[in-house]
Amino acid sequence: MKVRYFAWMKRTVGVPEEDVDPPAAVRTVGDLVTWLRTLSPGHAEALAEGAAFGAAVDKRTATLDVVLADAREVAFFPPFTGG
Amino acid sequence: MTVRVQEADFDVGAELDRLTAGNRRIGGLAVFVGLVREMHVREGYHRDKVDALTLEHYPGMTEKALEEIEAEAAGRWPLEATLIVHRHGRLEAGERIVLVAVGSPHREAAFEACEFLVDWLKTKAPFWKLEETPAGEKWVGAHAGDDKAAARWEKKD
Repeated sequence: MKVRYFAWMKRTVGVPEEDVDPPAAVRTVGDLVTWLRTLSPGHAEALAEGAAFGAAVDKRTATLDVVLADAREVAFFPPFTGG
Repeated sequence: MTVRVQEADFDVGAELDRLTAGNRRIGGLAVFVGLVREMHVREGYHRDKVDALTLEHYPGMTEKALEEIEAEAAGRWPLEATLIVHRHGRLEAGERIVLVAVGSPHREAAFEACEFLVDWLKTKAPFWKLEETPAGEKWVGAHAGDDKAAARWEKKD
C-alpha cells in the first residue's frame, strides 16, 4: 500500500510518500502507525505517541481503529489549517 | 453546488454572476472572501510579519471533503446555490485565498450556511499553511478558536 505524509510530517519522515508492505498482523490504522514507527527515527518522531496528527484511508478521514482491509492509500497529516 | 481547488486567483463578481445566473428563487446571497493577512497573531502576545504563505493540500481528498461539507449545508438549510473556491500554492499578503458563496430564498439561511461552510472547511478540509516570515518558514498550527467555531455546528443528539 502507499503511505503519504503532508506538511511538516513529510520533512520529519524524509519522504512525501512510500510503498510499504506491512506484515499481516497490521490490521488497523493504529497497527500501521505502530509498525511504521519501527522503520526509521524520522517515522518514530513524526508518528510519536501523543503527536497531533490525523489519518485518512483512501482519501477519507479515519481514526486509529479503522480497519485497513484492502486500502490502497493511507495518509498522515497535521491538523488542518485552511480557509 | 460547486467546489473548486485551484492555483489561479478568482474574480469574485464573475463567480457570483455565474452562480446566480438564471435562478430567480435566490433572494439572498451571502459571500465570504478569505485573504492572506500580513500580521499573524499567535497564541499570547507574539506577532510575526507574514510576507507570503504556501498552501498545501491533499488532491482528491480535498475535493471530497469540501463536497461533503457542502452536502451537509444543503441538508440543513434551504439552499439554491453554493460555491466554494479554495486556492493552493504560494500566495502573498493581500491575495485572495478562499471564496464561499451561498444563495438561498432567505437571508438568514444564506448567512448561517455561509458561516457554517467557512467554519467547517477550516477544520475538516485537508489544507496546511506554511508561512514565510522574516525569521524563516513556519507551519501554521491549528487554532483552538477554529475548533470552537466548528464545534458549535455539531449536532447534539
